[in-house]
Parts: sequence; structure tokens; C-alpha cells
Amino acid sequence: MSHSSVASGSLPTIPPLLALAIRPLPLLPLQFALGGFLSRILRRNPGLLDRLGPHRRARFGIKPVDLPFAFIVEAAPPLLSVVRELPQGLEAYVSASLANLLALVEGRVDGDALMFSRQLGIEGDVEAVLALRNAIDDARLDLAAELASLFGPLGEPVRRSFEAARDRLTGPPQEQR
Amino acid sequence: MELICPAGTPAALRSAIDAGADAVYCGFNDETNARNFPGLNFSRDELRNGIAFAHGRGARILVAINTFPRASSVTLWQRAVDDAVDARADALIVADIGLMDYVAKRHPGQRLHVSVQAAAANPDAIAFYVEMFGARRVVLPRVLSVAEIAEITRETACETEVFVFGGLCVMAEGRCSLSSYATGKSPNMQGVCSPASHVAYEETALGTTSRLGGFTINRFAPQEAAGYPTLCKGRFSTAHGDGYVFEDPVSLDATTLLGGLRSAGIAALKIEGRQRGRAYIESVVRHFRRALDTIEQGSEADIVSLRPFTEGQASTLGAYRKTWR
Repeated sequence: MSHSSVASGSLPTIPPLLALAIRPLPLLPLQFALGGFLSRILRRNPGLLDRLGPHRRARFGIKPVDLPFAFIVEAAPPLLSVVRELPQGLEAYVSASLANLLALVEGRVDGDALMFSRQLGIEGDVEAVLALRNAIDDARLDLAAELASLFGPLGEPVRRSFEAARDRLTGPPQEQR
Repeated sequence: MELICPAGTPAALRSAIDAGADAVYCGFNDETNARNFPGLNFSRDELRNGIAFAHGRGARILVAINTFPRASSVTLWQRAVDDAVDARADALIVADIGLMDYVAKRHPGQRLHVSVQAAAANPDAIAFYVEMFGARRVVLPRVLSVAEIAEITRETACETEVFVFGGLCVMAEGRCSLSSYATGKSPNMQGVCSPASHVAYEETALGTTSRLGGFTINRFAPQEAAGYPTLCKGRFSTAHGDGYVFEDPVSLDATTLLGGLRSAGIAALKIEGRQRGRAYIESVVRHFRRALDTIEQGSEADIVSLRPFTEGQASTLGAYRKTWR
């Protein structure tokens, strides 16, 4: 994978061969793990729901364009489904590469910039998507820290492993002043 | 020159200050400010905490209460003024003369800035705000050349502030009704230009079609850089041909004009983008902090491309350099 600037949003995508290799994998274990992760994030960041306001019950279809599956995410109550194809009828649909989606969740790229460069697609209720984007950006989520908190004393090595994998995919965090 | 930076959330406020903002402007999460978007802006408690955070780091908070009150609900705007003053805001950014009058009479010690939404574009208009309401600064509209800004600043008794980066409103600000016509919601009275509730995107084989209030306003080919779904940046078929009628999707970037703006006597430089994420705030604020520090030391500012953050992936000097004249 070639490296690019995280700020610019020009991030690498999952190689097609790798995406092909994971296509046959069962989705339920991933759904179970990510569902628990979502619940934990929402419990630790109650401001997220406040900023979602009337859209807290919206069902968001999230499609990583470089993966052979997608996610349906609901905030209240927290619910995450992993599906091969997103169904019709969800309130809103968001599509981008996995790297850009992860970077968006951590506020490492700007959503409008991704829209301008056509690396982010939105369909459905744009207001709900905007509320979600702003709520996430304000939460200052650190996925490595959130993940590490699940593993108690083993959290630190888990954190380091996740950060290494994430930085390989999305680049290191921006320079701090 | 002061660097004035946007914040749509408390997290963005902290990012702006950490990146080197001298002051941050923000607004309440209601119709009283011109960026009344979903999930954005500050509750009363968030503003109070944000101001305490800023003051603890030597930065200032300017509260934008810059929409125009409706006759039936003036108290919403007056309460916003009272609460911002109570939270120890360093300045209020106001557009409506009735609200300025309220600030001047009810809170005579409060620093008052004239919002860009007031479209005060000549010395006489600015003098009115200074003499009547004690305005200490005016944010000039984005329709003036650097020479015109210098002339206005020379003839004006208060400080002047200009935009240096971000979305470029090409209309007479505070008076534009394009979005109101298409959606029934007003940028000037409800703070929503091209409200997301009225925006729709459709993906087809030809590209992405954007609509506002049912009007198709653009279609971007699959790899073509896109802009905001605003009518002023829409692409239309007219008797004169197909294309952008008012303005291309493009962002202002006045990095190369910073020296000229300093010579013009400008007191403060403003970055647009309260609706943008922390990544934008951090990168753009840091860029201009460095550029200003470099200029203060007597050197030329480095021109670092902020293109990835620009609308349409393109930048312009806008009216600052009126090449069409």
C-alpha cells in the first residue's frame, strides 16, 4: 500500500485480492464484535446522541467501497449489522474507502473535503448524515483507546497493534503544534 | 494581525486554539447564527466551557449572533445576546441594527463587531454602525479589492477584518434569497443556506446529481471535483450556454495577499468554515498561523497548497484581485 497524506484524504484502498480473499468469511463474528464495540463507544460518548438529535434513530448504511461487505448502523438503541449488500429503505447511505471511513470517524480527514474530491458518496437523508458527521467529529473518538478499553490489562498491546495497523492504512496522526 | 478561526463544535474550538488561533468565532445551536446546521454549534454550557478553555490559553471567543430576528420572535436573539455576554464572550458578531441597538443599550461595555452579514461595504455605512452602536470592528464583505479595503480602512474609525480562506459567498451577504427561493428556509433569518434537509444526491452512471429543494443544480462526472449544493455555485443551461452562471465551485485562498492586507491596515484575518471538521480546522489554522508568523518576521509566507480542502479542489483570490476589471 502506498502512503499518502491523511489530511488530504488521499488514502490507500484495500488491495482487490485481499478483498476477494475475505469475501467468503462469515459475517456473524464480525457483527458480534463490532456491535459490542459500537455500544461501548456510545456508552462512553453520550454527547454523540445529543448531537444526532432527531436523527438518533436513523438507520445508516455504511459501505466501504473496497470491502465485500457493508454495515447498517443505528445509534439508539445501538445496533450494528454486517451485510453483503445494503438494502433499500435505509434513511441514509455513506460510501468511501475503509481508510477514509476510519479517518472520518477519528476526525483525521474533513468530510467536506472528501465530498469535493469525490471520495465520499452520500445518498438519502443528507441532514441525518451531516448530524452524524458533526456528532462524530465533536466526540474526538480514538478507536485505539476505545478498543484497548475492552481488553483490560491486555489493552496496551492491543492498542499498539491497532495503531500500527491503522497508521499503515491511514497514515500517522497529523503533526501536533 | 489577529487570526480569527471557525468552530462548529467544542472539539473544533479546542483544535483551533491548539493550532494557533488568536480568537475563535462560534454560535449557539439555533436560528441566531448563520451556520445553523444539524449536529453543529454550541449549547449554553458548551459555550461557557469553551470560553473558559480559550481564556485559559490566552485566546478570545467571538460569538456570532448574525442572523436577522423575525418580528414574532425577537426575544430568541436578545436572549442569545444576554447569554453570550453572561458567558463572558469577548465580542458579539451582529448583523441586525435592532439587535445592535439592544447590545449597545443593554450591554454598553460589550465589544461589538459588525458581521459580514450586514454587508457594510463603504465608509459611510461603517460610520453609522460605529456612531450609533459603538461598533469596534467590521467584517468586510467578500466583494472588495485589496485597494478598496485599504481605502475603507483608512477612512474608518473602527478595526476591519477580512476573510482569507474558505467558502466564497459571491452575493451581497445578508441579502441573498437564492436558497430561500428554492427551499423556503432563509440563510439570513434561519441561518441555513442550502439546508441539508432540502439537499439530495443521486448517483447514476453519468455521475452525481445534486438537487436543492427539488431543483437540479449540478451534475458532476465521476472523477470531477465537486462543490457545495448551493444555487450560486450551480451549473445551468441558459440562452448563453451551459455552465456556471454566478460562480464556479471554488474557495478563497488569500495566502499570497497577506502582506498586502497587512499594509492595508487590516486588524484581523478570518478563516471561513464553522461547518467543517477538525481536520480542516487544524490544517488551515496551522497554515495561516505559520504564514502570519513568517510575515511578522519580515519574510515571505510559504505557499502551501490547501487545495485538498477547497471547494471544487480549486482556489481563487476572488474579488481581492478583480482581474475582470
